[in-house]
Amino acid sequence: MTPAEPLIGGAGDPANILLRDVRALDPREGLDTRRDISVRGGRIAELAEPGTLAAADGQETIDGGGRLLAMPAFFDPHVHLRTPGQEHKEDLESGTRAAAAGGYAGVIAMPNTAPVLDSAPLLGAVREAAARQARIPVGFLAAITRGLEGEQLTEMAELAAHGALGFTDDGKPVASAGTLRKALQYQRLCGGVLALHEEDPTLSRAGAMHEGAVSAALGIAGIPTVAESTMVARDAMLAGYEDGRVHFMHLSAAGSVLAVAEAKRRGVRASAEVSPHHLLLTDDDVRTLDTRMKMHPPLTGESDRQALLEGLRDGTIDCVATDHAPHARDEKEVPFEQAPMGTTGLETAFAALYTGLVMPGRLGLAVLVERMTAGAALFGLPAARMAAQEPASIALADLDARWVAGEHGWESRSESCCFAGRALQGRVLATLAAGVLAHRDRTLEMVEA
Amino acid sequence: MRHLLSIEELDRAAIERIVTQAERFAEVSDREIKKVPALRGRMVLNLFYEASTRTRSSFELAAKRLSADVVNFAASGSSVEKGESLKDTVLTLSAHKPDAIVLRTPWAGASELVSRWCPAAIVNAGDGKHEHPTQALLDVYTLKRRLGPIDGAAIWIVGDVAHSRVARSDILAFQRMGAKVTVAGPPTLIPRGIEQLGCEVRFDLDELDGADIVYALRMQRERMSETWVPSLREYAATYQINGRNLQPRQILMHPGPVNRGVELSGEVVDSPQAVITAQVEAGVVVRMAVLYELLAGSGGARDPGGTGAEQRIAVPVGARQDRDA
Repeated sequence: MTPAEPLIGGAGDPANILLRDVRALDPREGLDTRRDISVRGGRIAELAEPGTLAAADGQETIDGGGRLLAMPAFFDPHVHLRTPGQEHKEDLESGTRAAAAGGYAGVIAMPNTAPVLDSAPLLGAVREAAARQARIPVGFLAAITRGLEGEQLTEMAELAAHGALGFTDDGKPVASAGTLRKALQYQRLCGGVLALHEEDPTLSRAGAMHEGAVSAALGIAGIPTVAESTMVARDAMLAGYEDGRVHFMHLSAAGSVLAVAEAKRRGVRASAEVSPHHLLLTDDDVRTLDTRMKMHPPLTGESDRQALLEGLRDGTIDCVATDHAPHARDEKEVPFEQAPMGTTGLETAFAALYTGLVMPGRLGLAVLVERMTAGAALFGLPAARMAAQEPASIALADLDARWVAGEHGWESRSESCCFAGRALQGRVLATLAAGVLAHRDRTLEMVEA
Repeated sequence: MRHLLSIEELDRAAIERIVTQAERFAEVSDREIKKVPALRGRMVLNLFYEASTRTRSSFELAAKRLSADVVNFAASGSSVEKGESLKDTVLTLSAHKPDAIVLRTPWAGASELVSRWCPAAIVNAGDGKHEHPTQALLDVYTLKRRLGPIDGAAIWIVGDVAHSRVARSDILAFQRMGAKVTVAGPPTLIPRGIEQLGCEVRFDLDELDGADIVYALRMQRERMSETWVPSLREYAATYQINGRNLQPRQILMHPGPVNRGVELSGEVVDSPQAVITAQVEAGVVVRMAVLYELLAGSGGARDPGGTGAEQRIAVPVGARQDRDA
């Protein structure tokens, strides 16, 4: 049997576009300068001095005016596309359309669907659907344990052969150290990354938000940050012992950053991600009990936020992942404690991080772009590069564009976004994903030759 | 005042206004005819998602003494058990055009949510473990009647603070009225960060002598099965208010219902220092004052023609309109 393609979907006509006089920024290529970028047949044909390339036959031109920013398109290793079973929240088409609108050329979907993605036939069926419906290439993680119940391992080898990029019980922790150890041992056979949602359920209990002064004032059961950090430390030890490859998902606590740094120092094959909302919001934003601010892990304290930002800057945290977790309006239009956890993030990630971190000088633009594209390599996939002959995966953004998140609606089926209503600056105008024009803002002019 | 959602949003002047109005209504309660026509033709809807005999009947009595019509709607045995959402229940009941909805739910912030969904004045009668503002108002009222102003008074709130909406509202209300609040209880039942509400935190009763007022919270038996405390016996041995640690000059309060022998010993419940029945009595007049404030008091009147929240205008009517505002 030939191994399955790791990413699937995003089919379309190969793009023929000339990006004239754009600011080309690719940290991996050491590139940050004005360029003409010619895309032909879905590949980058040429990068040249600005104003030197003319549109070829059938090539459309976008005039960057020396101002529009062309970056390698982003990669999100952590999204929930809710298919199968919860298509009222999101589906493969709407979720990947949202991703394309946010500048993403690839995403990895989580297996906590209904039913859970824990068998090869189911994975095959969802991948077939993705081939038809996804606007951009999608990869899939399969469950570590059957039904996410934390007990019996899934048929990991068969799942890997059928295209699972790795395994996760995301949404739930693998509470039992013994079970996780077996998964780490089995990883020697099947490969793939073990992506870990870290939470000790005996500590998080029925908590609905971060434990601190705000939860104390609101009388809402709190989730202590040690619910996460102790599990990161435990699993880093297990991964080191078994020489496993682990990826720590959606870090939210300062203690977790320390534990990851320590694991990396010891040579554990570990990586980590952080979400835009944990980098930009804190439990103080939960005071109004807006259910869009309810996510898992919860928004934590300001000192945690600072530690996460520092971890992202120094590379302890490898990449940004949105944990795009759409929910239907009626599910979120309930009292806070009853609401499901999760916020969307794909359509706002770049603008929110640019506005909140890059503009005030807290994070360099090049570092942000690196961290928003680094997720691919962590799962063994090639990173998008802006170089000749590479498949064209490019996000084009206007850094001066001001907009209010959600003012023109959403591509996602869900409107439940923690950044909704916020004034943002920097907007993705077009996304080329693996050679196909996957998104184009209606304001963006394209001139046909 | 449009709604009573929390003590957090009330300033001292608002608390005093309600307490003063309650004192006026207390005179009514002493009359032979206990009813006044202040809210004649108005409808008060009691919507209770949690079992509550005391609070609900106290609101019911308060509304009836003001001549309002009262409808009780309990979540059990209703459409709620058939899976109707809070929003749909509220929208459905709103069709009957209640002037006020008294709401008790197990969810923090539910009253605030409901206040956005319907045009009625909302009274929070307990939202999860968040707040129970009328309890705090009646506690302030009770203390004022007994002691006069409580500026500078030391108040200890003892017990399961973590699961107590009464504690949260009282911490805020007592502080607004100038008192110094200390919370004391088992470390497992004192929420981390509670001191940021401005209170002090103790894990034993060693300095209970310094209190002018001791407010004991109800210790619910189910907390033991959830292993918050090793045993009720040890809890009682460590945190019970009894004849040995309660000083004669101290006032004893409790929101009821009391677990005799657990958080309070029998002798202190029956002692003259206990104002527990005065608190219950205060409940009716304070809730009368709250309903009056919202439905007939300053800024609380509704446009009689208004049907939706967006059409609601605060029409200045009524004798107690604040003319300086």
